[in-house]
Amino acid sequence: MVHIKRLQEDGADIISVIGEIDASSSIELDLTIAKSLGEGYRKILVDCSALEYISSAGLGVFMSYIEEMKDKNVPLVLFGMKEKVANTFSILGLADLLFIRDTKQEAKKLADELSV
Amino acid sequence: MASFLTIVLKSKAIIRLTFLGSIIAWLILVFSDITVLYSDMKGLPPGVPIWLPRVMLDLFIICLFYYYKYRVERDEGLNFTDLLWKVFATGLIATVVSLIFRLGSSLLGTTKLVSNILFTDFIYQINLALFISFLLAAYTSWKRLILYQKSKWLIRTWIVFEFCLFIVLIYDSLQISIPETATTLILVVIGLLVIVLSANMRWVAYLNFKQKWTCLLLLLLSFFYLGYFIYTVSRLSESISAESPAFLDFNSHIFNLCLLVFVLVYSTFSFLVILFNLPTSSVFEQKLEEVVNFQRISQSIQTEQNEESVYNILLESSVSSVFADAAWLEIQSANDGHKLFTYKITEKESKDIRDHLKSHNIKGALEQSSDRTRNLSKHLASLKGSRFRSLLAFPITVKGETIGTLALLKELPEGFNKEMTRIVSTFANQAGISIENFRLMEEAFQTERYKEELKIAKTVQKSLLPTSLESAPDFEIYAFAESADEVGGDYYDTLRINENQVALIIADVSGKGTTAAFHMSQMKGIFHSLAQLELNPKEFMERANRALVFCLERGSFISATYFVVDSQTKTIRYSRAGHCPVLYFKASTGTTEFLKDKGTALGMVRSRDYCKYVETNEIPYAPGDIMVLYTDGITEAKNQKGEEFDYPRLEAALKEVTDKSSQEIEKHIIQRLYEFSGSSEINDDYTSMTIKFK
Repeated sequence: MVHIKRLQEDGADIISVIGEIDASSSIELDLTIAKSLGEGYRKILVDCSALEYISSAGLGVFMSYIEEMKDKNVPLVLFGMKEKVANTFSILGLADLLFIRDTKQEAKKLADELSV
Repeated sequence: MASFLTIVLKSKAIIRLTFLGSIIAWLILVFSDITVLYSDMKGLPPGVPIWLPRVMLDLFIICLFYYYKYRVERDEGLNFTDLLWKVFATGLIATVVSLIFRLGSSLLGTTKLVSNILFTDFIYQINLALFISFLLAAYTSWKRLILYQKSKWLIRTWIVFEFCLFIVLIYDSLQISIPETATTLILVVIGLLVIVLSANMRWVAYLNFKQKWTCLLLLLLSFFYLGYFIYTVSRLSESISAESPAFLDFNSHIFNLCLLVFVLVYSTFSFLVILFNLPTSSVFEQKLEEVVNFQRISQSIQTEQNEESVYNILLESSVSSVFADAAWLEIQSANDGHKLFTYKITEKESKDIRDHLKSHNIKGALEQSSDRTRNLSKHLASLKGSRFRSLLAFPITVKGETIGTLALLKELPEGFNKEMTRIVSTFANQAGISIENFRLMEEAFQTERYKEELKIAKTVQKSLLPTSLESAPDFEIYAFAESADEVGGDYYDTLRINENQVALIIADVSGKGTTAAFHMSQMKGIFHSLAQLELNPKEFMERANRALVFCLERGSFISATYFVVDSQTKTIRYSRAGHCPVLYFKASTGTTEFLKDKGTALGMVRSRDYCKYVETNEIPYAPGDIMVLYTDGITEAKNQKGEEFDYPRLEAALKEVTDKSSQEIEKHIIQRLYEFSGSSEINDDYTSMTIKFK
């Protein structure tokens, strides 16, 4: 089960993912990111501090946006990951493809740099 | 069947026997009566006993009684009008026969024979026999009508009645004189019983309008026969008894009188009851039709019909139940779109009315969101050019959701009453239930199909895994794979590249079900074609990625690790593409390690840039070294507390059995895994492959 909240801060859309993301709940994450993009946000941050688990389907959601974000020049930055979740990202090699930071400040800073 | 046949034959034999008996009895009756009369007139002692005619009359009556009992009472196929027809037909035959004799005697004119008392007696006997047979036929039929809906009490009353009649019959023939009061008492009892029994008119309710008219006509004709016979028989008996005192008068036979009274009273009662029931018969017919319609709706589900036919039945039944002039049924569902069924109304007319109601912002059942039945007649008045003056609308709900509206129209104002509203809403509810059942069945069918699909996917997946693995003088391989109910996409395989090199692969396809099995088969194809090319592992991954980006959909990927074991150089070259890090045991130091090298899963980077995200690594191997390949199903297996099996437990399990063979190591790890998860049910795929070097 997953609970997703959105919050706007300094022109950035911050998506908080709370709980676990598996095959069925990944659809919700996908819809949220698509909505955020559709609303025209230039910076999208994903708060993973309350993310307990992510399955391959959930990772696939992030993966599927990499190219689109690159084309639109919208940085997608993930932050606050727990060690276990971070491990999942790194094993699959997604850590090299996505922007991942430890704190919100760092993530914001990176997003600002990237969106310029 | 045989016993049934014997019963039929038996009853046929009885019918013939009783008929024959009655004819013989009647012939003896006529002969003896004429003899008695003749001797009485001549003043001679009679040649036959004086009681003979009376006894023969009784015998005649009893035989005839049983004759009709078997003919009418046992015939189950007769309905109410048939019974009345039988009575009517018997009466008709009897009257026609009697009239022929009358015609014959009038043709003979005033000859000596006609005025002869003996001839008159003969005519009288014929008429009496016909009269009695008509009465008995009527009696038997009435009995069936009275006992149509039996109760214990009614049957007892009937038995008492028949018993009383029998006593009267015996009394008639014996001519014993009993006190006047006793006779009166019996007559009073019979009279009361006749009235009580005549109150049983339940069968009348089951007649429809047409049948009631037929019954009235048949009863009227029966009254005519009765009147004719009473007149003929009493006139004849008067003329005979005037000349001979020994004559057996019809009036003195109490049984005949009782029978006549019973038949007459019940006929009169029936006639009146049917007559008074005529105006209400349409109501009963209507009720019956409602029941039938209701049944049709509820049974439509069993007869392999579809939703459409339920809607049609609903429309038809509702229209016929409330005599609507027109109706429409509008169905709005998410998957089927908009549907309109109409009855005697054009789609345009119906649309006009709906638009009119909508434009006046009338919230009612016609509004999809409403769940209440509404009488919307008053709003029709404001619609110009419409022939309808009454409108009744009903929602059709399935699982608490309104899927459509049933609208009934009448040209008369105030055309619908409460009763009608209730009936149609029952129909609408039942139709809703039927539709719901249809959908449930459909869903069950879909689930079944999905399950079947999964089964096929699982078989495919199983068949993709190798049945035997490569082996070499300096290593042995053992693999284990078990999948959960839902098909995953775990894949492992081995292939000998050349004399010294063996390729190994372990992969995990993202997603589940048939797509996972499909991607897995692609991976297998790629492995078997690329491994033969003696590529270095990085090159292998690059080419595999290039091949896969065309078949993997957005968001899907495959994690894999590819190994080339070279027994000549004693090295393992490998490339990890996002797969779980390999667990490696070094025998020389006695340590284990997870080989966490850089590497991104296949399908994630869709350009040639992928070469930046994978690399080839090389490690030497020595005898006693162990390599455990596995999928995330193992490290992510959870126990009841929700903890994961994780890397340390895997490492610990391996350390316990480093001196064993690959098969034993494999089995030990799986055993530890099951012990940890605490159940034999798995919720993911468990796949692992162990290589032990010698």
